[in-house]
Amino acid sequence: MQFMLLFSRQGKLRLQKWYVPLSDKERKKISRDLVQTILARKPKMCSFLEWRDLKIVYKRYASLYFCCAVEDQDNELITLEIIHRYVELLDKYFGSVCELDIIFNFEKAYFILDEFLLGGEAQETSKKNVLKAIEQADLLQEVSMLSSIDGFSWLF
Amino acid sequence: MNKMPAVSKGDGMRGLAVFISDIRNCKSKEAEIKRINKELANIRSKFKGDKALDGYSKKKYVCKLLFIFLLGHDIDFGHMEAVNLLSSNKYTEKQIGYLFISVLVNSNSDLIRLINNAIKNDLASRNPTFMNLALHCIANVGSREMAEAFASEIPRILVAGDTMDCVKQSAALCLLRLNRTSPDLVPMGEWTARVVHLLNDQHLGVVTSATSLITTLAQKSPDNFKTSISLAIARLSRIVTSTSIDLQDYTYYFVAAPWLSVKLLRLLQCYPPPEDTALRSRLTECLETILNKAQEPPKSKKVQHSNAKNAVLFEAISLIIHHDSEPTLLVRACNQLGQFLQHRETNLRYLALESMCTLASSEFSHEAVKTHIDTVINALKTERDVSVRQRAVDLLYAMCDRSNAKQIVVEMLSYLETADYSIREEIVLKVAILAEKYAVDYTWYVDTILNLIRIAGDYVSEEVWYRVIQIVINRDDVQGYAAKTVFEALQAPACHENLVKVGGYILGEFGNLIAGDSRSSPLVQFNLLHSKFHLCSVPTQALLLSAYIKFINLFPEVKATIQEVLRSDSQLRNADVELQQRAVEYLRLSCIASTDILATVFEEMPPFPERESSILAKLKRKKGPGNLPDIDARRNVNGNTEHSEKPEPANKSSFALLADLLPTNRPRPASASPIMLSTATLGSTPPITALLNLNSPPSTGASLLVDVFPESSCLTAPEVSEENFFRFVCKNNGVIYENQLLQIGLKSEYRQNLGRIYVFYGNKTSTQFLSFTSSVTSPDSLKTQLIVHAKTVDPIIEGGAQVQQILNIECVSDFTDAPVLNVQFRYGGTLQNIAVKLPVMLNKFFQPTEMTSQDFFQRWKQLGAPQQEVQKIFKAKHPMDTDVTKAKILGFGVTLLERVDPNPENFVGAGVIHSKNSQVGCLLRLEPNTQAQMYRLTLRTSRDSVSQRLCELLSEQF
Repeated sequence: MQFMLLFSRQGKLRLQKWYVPLSDKERKKISRDLVQTILARKPKMCSFLEWRDLKIVYKRYASLYFCCAVEDQDNELITLEIIHRYVELLDKYFGSVCELDIIFNFEKAYFILDEFLLGGEAQETSKKNVLKAIEQADLLQEVSMLSSIDGFSWLF
Repeated sequence: MNKMPAVSKGDGMRGLAVFISDIRNCKSKEAEIKRINKELANIRSKFKGDKALDGYSKKKYVCKLLFIFLLGHDIDFGHMEAVNLLSSNKYTEKQIGYLFISVLVNSNSDLIRLINNAIKNDLASRNPTFMNLALHCIANVGSREMAEAFASEIPRILVAGDTMDCVKQSAALCLLRLNRTSPDLVPMGEWTARVVHLLNDQHLGVVTSATSLITTLAQKSPDNFKTSISLAIARLSRIVTSTSIDLQDYTYYFVAAPWLSVKLLRLLQCYPPPEDTALRSRLTECLETILNKAQEPPKSKKVQHSNAKNAVLFEAISLIIHHDSEPTLLVRACNQLGQFLQHRETNLRYLALESMCTLASSEFSHEAVKTHIDTVINALKTERDVSVRQRAVDLLYAMCDRSNAKQIVVEMLSYLETADYSIREEIVLKVAILAEKYAVDYTWYVDTILNLIRIAGDYVSEEVWYRVIQIVINRDDVQGYAAKTVFEALQAPACHENLVKVGGYILGEFGNLIAGDSRSSPLVQFNLLHSKFHLCSVPTQALLLSAYIKFINLFPEVKATIQEVLRSDSQLRNADVELQQRAVEYLRLSCIASTDILATVFEEMPPFPERESSILAKLKRKKGPGNLPDIDARRNVNGNTEHSEKPEPANKSSFALLADLLPTNRPRPASASPIMLSTATLGSTPPITALLNLNSPPSTGASLLVDVFPESSCLTAPEVSEENFFRFVCKNNGVIYENQLLQIGLKSEYRQNLGRIYVFYGNKTSTQFLSFTSSVTSPDSLKTQLIVHAKTVDPIIEGGAQVQQILNIECVSDFTDAPVLNVQFRYGGTLQNIAVKLPVMLNKFFQPTEMTSQDFFQRWKQLGAPQQEVQKIFKAKHPMDTDVTKAKILGFGVTLLERVDPNPENFVGAGVIHSKNSQVGCLLRLEPNTQAQMYRLTLRTSRDSVSQRLCELLSEQF
């Protein structure tokens, strides 16, 4: 996967994750063009389209569009389910996730994504395992850091 | 829904939440910018302030900066504070620091050192959560600096026995990212063998990550990872075929480990089918099981279930196509995709069309794909989504072959009328390529291209209309038809400018072929073209002016009319310099040059070198290399590629067509012949020579051709190439021979019993030809009948250059054989040896004779002895077009006698063959029978050998 974008029906970018090196300018141009292209499509249309030399896989959940750019060889349907699994993860974490959750807790959306996808590839496809990792990180927030003392052996 | 701890939301960073709310409440972009600037000023002052900030505040401000950046604003400070957070001993602060660094990559070298230092500490911490944060950061940034620092450390973490599973997963994908961005920095080594064994790991998450990494590595060095084949098949088999195995949370909507399955199938696509038979049958079993499951009733109605199941199915089909070795699987795959073509899910129809495109290129399944043609055509007509229709166009293009080309082109043309603007150009290119590639008769090709211009003129790029002109020039059997067709198309009151261009060019070259008909007399042709003149752009007007001067040469009777037009103020005082100059020079040329000079200057364009269509190159550029199903590479059952039947070698590199076509891109008259440069028999009137020197021989375009050619084998006794011999019976100029290295073109002139041939040797490579020699030999019997004297040529031909050789020829007596041109040279150390039958035929020494009907029949009767007449009845090989036939008979060298034969359908001609020893009068009669598509050709001469030979030569031409 080359990148993932989340944006609203109004075309506001809510999350952007780039797995290929691109300049800030290129990223902005790509986001702008792609958001426009996808928002112009009608609801019942196919979830895939060719865009430049990439394949775009996208799906709309309520007010948010989830959009992935994959390469020619990549599997479109499994990418569609990557999107769905990510939505499931957000939903489970936030509890009936909505766009506002992602706006106000954008950093969490990034953390969850990193646990699920890394370098553009699925790292852990088990929902339980991803959520367990996030849960443990959240627990760490509440505890004062004792790392230097006992090496966190109690965590696992 | 089980809520996660409340702490996860907002996490106490109230300032951040307030700020985000403020931004959301901004009514305008200006207000937002104002609020952001206020916040930036605030954060800047906090960071610069005397009071040391606590970790929490630092985290909050860094997070705000990140938010501002993600809104699309520039951030030029805060990096240092973020780096400080990395070494915080509070997890949340560290986490935000890493996130900031990951998102706002900054190659500031001082910071990179600090960042790398923090990462190093975390990697060494043995705390899996910290290690993962560090690994995620490396994977997200993926810079060279990070690769340099960690590329050797990460493999160690990955294969160490005591590394936690979740760290292994991150390490694998981190390494994958570094391998993608800086492959040179990732060392292969002992660890690679151990990585392969991760495919056996108990933890499916580890296997999933490792499979991605191994696939990436195997794509680059397949040999190092061959052992992964058997492990991947074993793993896949366990997932796919066993029903009992419990994959727990790796089962997704009743589909066992779909992500892992897809990845394993993808890994196997790095390799050919396994050689080990047991392994191979185990894999076949897996693939069959996947295909079988597609027929089973779904275990859930959820779309996720069918998507996951079909994702695996499509990947399995990709592997089957990649292996391209199991006909049964290929045909099953094709049938499965055939079912999807009619599925109610748009996504599946789209993917089926896409996947079938690759199936169409396999010899085993090409025919099976073709059976779906009606469904695909229907998709083109009924799909509501342009991206699906696009796939249908691609598939039609991929499944096209000789058997269905006409149908597919018709459908594409009709789709083009309503196609979305975004894909019109691509369809135009595809139609143009198919029409050329599968043209059995070129009249169809000409019709198709003119239709393209009519339907989608704006989308017909230069490449397309240049190409049609090239083809018409190279194929004399279509020239008359092309002239007639463009003439008719130009009758339309509103025609596209591209048609005017094609029309101007073709009528300028071949208008004479239809000028016999009073409805398309020279004056009518000229008036028709000129009626479009004022509507056209400057380049087209320039082209038309060139067509006019060619008309003056072709048709002396319209000279005055055209001169009048050139002389008018609107031309001579044209505001455009180019047009003005052309008008002035053409007018002057028409006034001072004799008919002979004009005839030489404006001789028909020599044929263009045959080569890959530049349209194809354009389509490839448009689609990108991987996306175009390579219709040229389709294997046929004999193992040959289909293109081998075609004159154009498929793999020549593409190069700009602009180099050798067309007046609009070249300064002056388009068709001035290359000979003029050397033979300069012209008077030295400055404007004319100045004009001529601007021309270059057309094949200099070949100098752009740089390619890697296979080592040509040296043939000690080369076979004499006769391939193009008969194409020169009725014409004097063209390409007689061409291979990957060399092109040989001819221009010939004959007068009475003497002839001169200019042979052009074009070096198509970028490398010198050394020790170049060329000589002409004749069989013994011919030596006394025909004398050929070849001038010597330079022994070196530079890459891309063209040299010329002059052959002087004398016909002593009538003859049947032909001399052979022998060419030898060294190319890249190999001796090349080429022999070509030279098209010097008896009819070249014809002088046409005018005679009345009475004279003709009187002589016809005189030549009535049985041995004097030779007659042949034969089937038409080309469309029976009157104008073309006339042109050919004229090209054969005789006069075409009008109103001599009582049957107006018949052609009669007369001429005298001149040799040193004798002159032989010759009468001919050609009777077409359009119903039977047959001809009867009768030749009567005073010498039986002459009648015999002339009949052989001419009967090959229709």
